[in-house]
Parts: sequence; C-alpha cells; structure tokens
Amino acid sequence: MSHSDHSLSIAAPHSGTLDGPQKATLALAALGVLALLVSLPMDTIPHAGLWLTGALLAIVVGVLGYAWRSYAHHPAGIKNNGVWHSSLTSRGAMAWVVGVLLTGFYVVLYFYPQYLGLAGEGKANTGIIALFNPLSRLLSGNPASQWFVYGTLYTVAILSMGTKFILKYRHNKYEVVRTLSVMFFQLGFAFLIPELLARLSLPYNDFKNMWPLNYSFFDDWNVKGLIDAGGFGLFMLLFGVAMIFLISPILTYFYGKRWYCSWVCGCGGLAETAGDPFRQLSDKSEKAWKVERWVIHSVLVFAVVMTAALIYSYLGGDSAKGFWLTRGMLLGIIVLVLGGVGAVLLIRPGMVKELNNKVRYGAIVILAAVIGFTAYAYITGGSDIFFVESYPLRKTYGFAIGAIFSGVVGVGFYPLMGSRVWCRFGCPMAAVLGMQQRFFSRFRITTNGGQCISCGNCSTYCEMGIDVRSYAQRGENIVRSSCVGCGICAAVCPRGVLKLENGPSPLNPLSGSARGLVSGRVSSDPIAIGKTGATLR
Amino acid sequence: MSNDRIVIIGNGISGITAARHIRKRSDAKITVVGKESEHFFSRTALMYVYMGHMRFQDIKPYEDHFWEKNRIELKHATVSRIDTSLKRVDLSDGFALEYDKLIIATGSESNMFGWPGQHLPGVQGLYSLQDVEAMEANTKGIQSAVIVGGGLIGVEMAEMLRTRNIAVTFLVRENTFWGGILPKQEADLITRHMREHGVELRFTTELEEVLAGADGRVRAVRTKSGEELPCGFVGLAVGVHPNIAWLKESATIKTDKGVLVNEHLETNVPDVFAIGDCVEFHKHPDPQRRNIEQVWYTGRMMGETVARTLTGERSAYDPGIWFNSAKFFDIEYQTYGWVRNKLQDGETEHYWEHPNGKTALHLVWNAESRKFHGVNSFGFRLRHEVFDRWLRENVTVDHVVKHLHKAAFDPEFFERMELAVRASFNAKSKVTA
Repeated sequence: MSHSDHSLSIAAPHSGTLDGPQKATLALAALGVLALLVSLPMDTIPHAGLWLTGALLAIVVGVLGYAWRSYAHHPAGIKNNGVWHSSLTSRGAMAWVVGVLLTGFYVVLYFYPQYLGLAGEGKANTGIIALFNPLSRLLSGNPASQWFVYGTLYTVAILSMGTKFILKYRHNKYEVVRTLSVMFFQLGFAFLIPELLARLSLPYNDFKNMWPLNYSFFDDWNVKGLIDAGGFGLFMLLFGVAMIFLISPILTYFYGKRWYCSWVCGCGGLAETAGDPFRQLSDKSEKAWKVERWVIHSVLVFAVVMTAALIYSYLGGDSAKGFWLTRGMLLGIIVLVLGGVGAVLLIRPGMVKELNNKVRYGAIVILAAVIGFTAYAYITGGSDIFFVESYPLRKTYGFAIGAIFSGVVGVGFYPLMGSRVWCRFGCPMAAVLGMQQRFFSRFRITTNGGQCISCGNCSTYCEMGIDVRSYAQRGENIVRSSCVGCGICAAVCPRGVLKLENGPSPLNPLSGSARGLVSGRVSSDPIAIGKTGATLR
Repeated sequence: MSNDRIVIIGNGISGITAARHIRKRSDAKITVVGKESEHFFSRTALMYVYMGHMRFQDIKPYEDHFWEKNRIELKHATVSRIDTSLKRVDLSDGFALEYDKLIIATGSESNMFGWPGQHLPGVQGLYSLQDVEAMEANTKGIQSAVIVGGGLIGVEMAEMLRTRNIAVTFLVRENTFWGGILPKQEADLITRHMREHGVELRFTTELEEVLAGADGRVRAVRTKSGEELPCGFVGLAVGVHPNIAWLKESATIKTDKGVLVNEHLETNVPDVFAIGDCVEFHKHPDPQRRNIEQVWYTGRMMGETVARTLTGERSAYDPGIWFNSAKFFDIEYQTYGWVRNKLQDGETEHYWEHPNGKTALHLVWNAESRKFHGVNSFGFRLRHEVFDRWLRENVTVDHVVKHLHKAAFDPEFFERMELAVRASFNAKSKVTA
C-alpha cells in the first residue's frame, strides 16, 4: 500500500499538515528546549532562575497548547489517525533524527556529564547544570547535579506529555486515572520527596523504586547510609524490603503487575506519556517473544546473583560490622527462598501446569546450581559466593544494564523500537512481577465471546508486543507475564471485546478462587456458535 | 478421509476458518485459493489501513509462517472454471487443482445499480483490498466527496474520508440512517454523531447520475431532485451481493442470488460445499434470518461447521442467538437477539439515552409474557456470553434489567451505565403500573 502524507505530526488526529496554532505551539516548545541548550557552553548563567522558568514554561505551555489544539476540538475518541503516515511515528526520517538525539543525550548524561557542565569535586558546575541551580536550591538547598537536571526534565516530560495523553484519551476514565497516578508518583515520589529528604539531611530515597529495578538498594553505601540515618533511615530500609517481599506480591496478586508498571513506576510513566506516540512500534512476532523471555530472565538472574554476591562480600565473615545479618544467615535466606520456589515447581506442578517441561527443568537446574554455590561458599567460608568478585560484577551491571540498557537503549530507541524496550526486554522488576502475574495473580484480560473481528488494533497498539489478537480471536483470556495492564488494547478495540479484570468471573465462579486461579483464568471460555453447543476456540 | 484433498476457493474469514478447523481435526491436504491477497487479512480492518491506524501487515491475523507450519497451501490466483465431473478447479495461471471436497467461499461484491457514470474514474465501492488501494489513489488531493448508501460501509467510508479532511455529503435513500435495521432513536443518535464529525447527511435523497468533468473524472453527482453536488470522489455503499458471477459458467452448481445450499452447507453437487457471504440458503435454519447473511461472524461459524462435516461429523449450520457489532466513528454498537427497526406484533420497548447523547440502550420484549427479545447497545459494552445465555434461557426483561450489571463490560472506572438504565426502566414501569 502506498503511504502518503508524511507529516511531522505526532499522531495528529488528522493526518496531513499541521495547522497554524499547532505549528506555533510546537515552535514554542522547541524554543524552550533551545533556551536550555544555549546554556551549555556558558560558565555562569545570568538570571538563571528567570531563564530556567521561562524555558520550562515554554516547553510545558507549548506541549499543552499543541495537545489542546490537536485533540480538544474533536469529539472524544480514539485518535490514531495517520499514525502510520507520519514520519515520526512510523520509523521515518524524523524518527531516526529523534532517536539519534535521544540516544546521544543519554550517552552524554551517563558517560560525558562534563559536557553538561559537571565540574568535578569541589568546583562549581557550569552550563545547563548551573542553569538548574536555582530550582535545586529551592528544593533541597544544594546546587544541581546532572541527575537533578535529568530528574527535572524527566518530570516535566511526564507531566506535560501526561496531560497530552489525558486529553487524547479523555473518553476513557481508566486511562485518565492511571495517567494521573503515574504523574503523581513521578512528581511526588521520584522528584519532590527525595529532594526534600536531602533538605532534611536524610538519605536520598525514592520509596516506590524497589529492588531489583533499584539495583543499588542493597549496595554497601546505601544500606549503611540508611542505617546510619537513625530511625527514619531504618524505616526506609525496612519499607524497601517490605515492598519487595510483602507489599508488591500482595498488590500483584490482586491487581496484576499493572499496579506498578503502568500506575507507579517512573520508567513506565515515561513510556506511557512521552512514549505513547511510539507504542505501535513494538515487535509482535513470536520470535521477538522468544528473545524477550531469554533476555529479561537473564537480566533477572544477573541482578539476583550480583546483589547476593555484593551483600555476601560486605557482610564479612561474622557479625563484626554490627549488622544483625551474617553471611551464614544470608546464605540460609537464599537457600530458603530458592528452595521454596523449587519446591513449588517440583511438588505442585499443577500450579504451573502451562509451563512447559523444558522451562521447568531449566529453572530447577538454575536454582539447584545457585543453592550448590551457596552451600560451597558456606562450607569453605570464601569471600566470594559465585567465584566472581562482587564489586566488578556490580560495576558491570551498573554499566550494561543500568546505563546502557535502561537509559540509552530504553529511552533512546523509543522512536525505533517502541516505548517499552527496557520494560519488555530488560527490567528485572518486570520479570519478577511478570512471574507473579502469570502464576499467582487474579489479573487477566477477558475477551467478549465471539465479538472479535481480528482487526489487529489491540496487537498493533500493545506497547509490550503481545499479539493480543491471537488470544481474542480464539475467545481466550490473556494472561501474559509481560502485560503491564495499560488498557490500551481494550481502548482501541472497535467492538468492545477486551476488558481488564481482577475479580472472580461472573460466569465461572471458580476463576479467582485458588483452583480457578490457574485453570479458569488461562483457559478460554468457549464461544457459543450454535444451539448444539458447537464451540470455536 | 484423512487423505482427502480439500480445495477452498476464497481466503477470507469463512474459507480460512474452514481450513484452520479442518487442519485441527484431520491430516487432509488443504489448498486455499485467494485472488485478493497472498495471505488472509481482516476485511473489517481495511478502513484502518487507509486511516493510518495500521499497516496492511498489521491486519493479517496470522504471521506468514503460520500457513506452512500448519500445512495449509496457499495459491494466490483466480479460479477460471470448476469441473465437477472431473472434480477439478482450473486456475487462471494455467494450473489445475484436483479435489475430493470443494468449498466455495468467495464472499461478496459491491452493488452497482446501473447509474449513468458509475464506472467513471473516482467512483467506486468499498469491499476489497484493491478497493482500498483505489480509494487511496482516487482521493488524493480532492476536497469533497459524496457517499451514496446509508449503511455500515457508507459510514466507514465517511469516517475514512474525514480523517483526510475531505468534506463528505452522505446521500441516504431512507428518511433515517440505516433505516432498514436501526430503530429511529438509534438512527437519530448516530446521525447526530456523524454531523458532529462534519458529515453532511441528506435523507430521502437518491442518486440520479454521476457527472464527468473535462478530464474524464467524476466532477459532480446529480440527485433525483435535480440538485447537482460537486465532488472529486463518489463512494457507492449500497450493499453487496454474493460474488458468484465467475461460477455461472460451471452450470452444474445451482445458484440464484448466491450459491444455493441446504442447512448442511451442501450444494446440489456432491462433495461441493459453500460458506460465508456467497451462500444463499434454500431455507435458512433460523426462520428469523434472511437467506443471504453477509456478516463476519456468520461466515466464521459456517467455516467451522463445514470443517466438522468434512472431518467426519456431518453438522448442520446452527448460528444460535443473533449478535452483531459495529463502530460508527467513536460510538460502539453491539446487539444481541432481535431489535427490529420497528416493533413487531406484541412487542414493547424501553429506550434509555444518557444525557451525553452518545450512550444508549434499547430493550425489546413481549408485552404480555415479558419474555426478553433483544438489546441494542451504543457506547456501553455488554458481555456476549451473558446475553447469549439469557436469550437461550428465555428470561424476562425484568430479569435482564435486574441483573444488567453482570453483563456490563466497560473498562474499570467507567460510569456504571446499568444503574441509570435500571432507574429509568423502573421509573417507567411505575408510571405504566
């Protein structure tokens, strides 16, 4: 099919050229970005407060004005017209330009912060970092760092593009509420609270950012810092641990991983707002799904091994450091947790009966190996647990996964591979929540009888690359570990076929109960096609 | 039987469903002949390709490796002739396929009612992949279009054209939109919504002639009342008919408007079956339905039914409770059971409309027994299984209204429409009582 009308529009409701107000508002936002960039080579910034306010205002007002002009004057409804005709949203030239710029920004941020104005130990920062000083001083009392600049821009992106998203999906209350939630958690939990903690001389803490996504949570310095900060620090430490082992499993049991991935998480927040124009670019092939499962679970194993090794190293041989936790106890915990998971796999295969045997045996082998390493370390009393030094392992993880995967690739490749590359292929948190969602959760997407017309809107706009249609057209519920519950498949469905659900099914009272959790939730309800009970699966 | 050579003519939803289910149930050799495209695609999604929501590859429900993996052989070709005595299908590319069982599933073609100028460049229907490609070319750079129709394809065309900011005048022969199917309340609701999207609707207006410009392309249309409407494109959306003209030569297979079949989807020739849009029943198994059914869902059911028959379980077509769905610009429509455009003998109704003017529910039942007959729903998603069960179990309308929350299928946080429906239903019942 021929593709015409290659415009610069970001999923504009009418493909074709932009109108005057749209051009003007986009220009205003671009001017704001330019105003930030101009500061790059400058040593001192005159009227930094005014300058910064003006630049950020221009960006926000520009984006909001553009969104208003694009969506508000059209009847509420799905606004995907021209998505595949627009260069930016269909991997055209504009997409490559934006992709390269974003990737470049992350490379500079992570590896060459001096170009942003980072001056090094003891010296005053210059350039764009200095431009952000007034805001940083206002919040935390400290001068800005490159991470403060990044955090501010990140928050501005989620707030302004989030508002655009809300205008776009204003007919869909689930999308509106969910987006308000990610905007709230970004502004409050990721941005303001940590800065205010600094003002109170308390350790930096993003309460919603949990291990293993927050891979430095169990780092020596972080744990020590929290413990040294007294009662509140200890609370933060315990809260972090409770998030991992208590709060998160419970919420995931009731609501699926969406409570985190598309309601709370910052990475998810950016993907759902700034990344929304690119959601259709995810690869839906079976092959991509295969790659996804290998890569994301490898990252999870990497994160677990790295963290265990790190804790083991700094704990020391006995309780000399004053921690209540000793190496022996840590090893005991590892064996208990992994042994528990292994036992479920072995003893209750019914719980996970859809898991194919190869995967099950593979998992058991990995668990056995880790337990073996642990036992060996306990017997020999060596300082390294997996025969590798823990600190280089930690450094490698921070570089390869923390910087390159989640930042450079994760966001830089939005316009080329879609908005959830990191969440889908790399995030160890998503992997953990995904396993819970797949096997120990009530959440599923139900399909509405025989109403599916196989059109493909659901699959096309699934940012996680799930071929939703392949389930919907068989009348089968969708229970996939990668689903972040963004709800867009249900929103774009033209025939009302999909619904995100947590409750017991009105048709099958067993689903939702302990037994139905596994069998009733996954297997399809037959589509009645005749009085004789012929079924289409 | 497992060595049967089964040839299916047509790779739409009916033919492909038949092929998939035959493969699930047997090892027969399956060949599917398709003329439109190499691979199966969702016809109902063609509009989204034009609108830029999806690319053509996105509307293919199966990845290209699916067919080889499932040993379904695809032939991208046209059938020139069927010889039922030799049990052979001749293809236009010179090849021939021998069969043990033959399934005809060739779908529909757009109606053209012999209007002067109907074949001018810029005048077309909308059914096939080629039609959408033509529409892409025919609407390039034009300012205004006229659509002739008043049904589902017409409103699809209007929606497509509006995404390109093309002015649309919609000529409807009846005095309400889709008047043969929709009750007036719903027709009015959709009419308002189309006008909100800038579509100019002209009711009781019929096409007289399509006029050519100096360049030989369409320049305008003239209506029966003599009015001339300038336009660069004319969409003819006046229904479809079974695509069987190609079959007439093979005189052994009986046809009327469509390929004539019995309730087992068997034609008059042994081992030759027909399914989907191209079928005309001698007598439809469900007396409430017409003998030609051009619906995605019924095509799918016929495909599954014939697959059973061809794999040793001779089955009659039994479509069960009627259901259908559509989307008019931003408003979704679902229907279960029968809500006719006018109340039938002994029927009574309750129509509820949200103050937003875009959400509505229309319930119809037997006034005396209160047996529930059917529902039309706009902007309020309903569970298929629940209504299917209620209609099979012959529940009363009071049961439906009381338990309506069990059928609600809207996303979380949405306004609970069933509460308002219930309140208005009960209020009216009180007044009547």
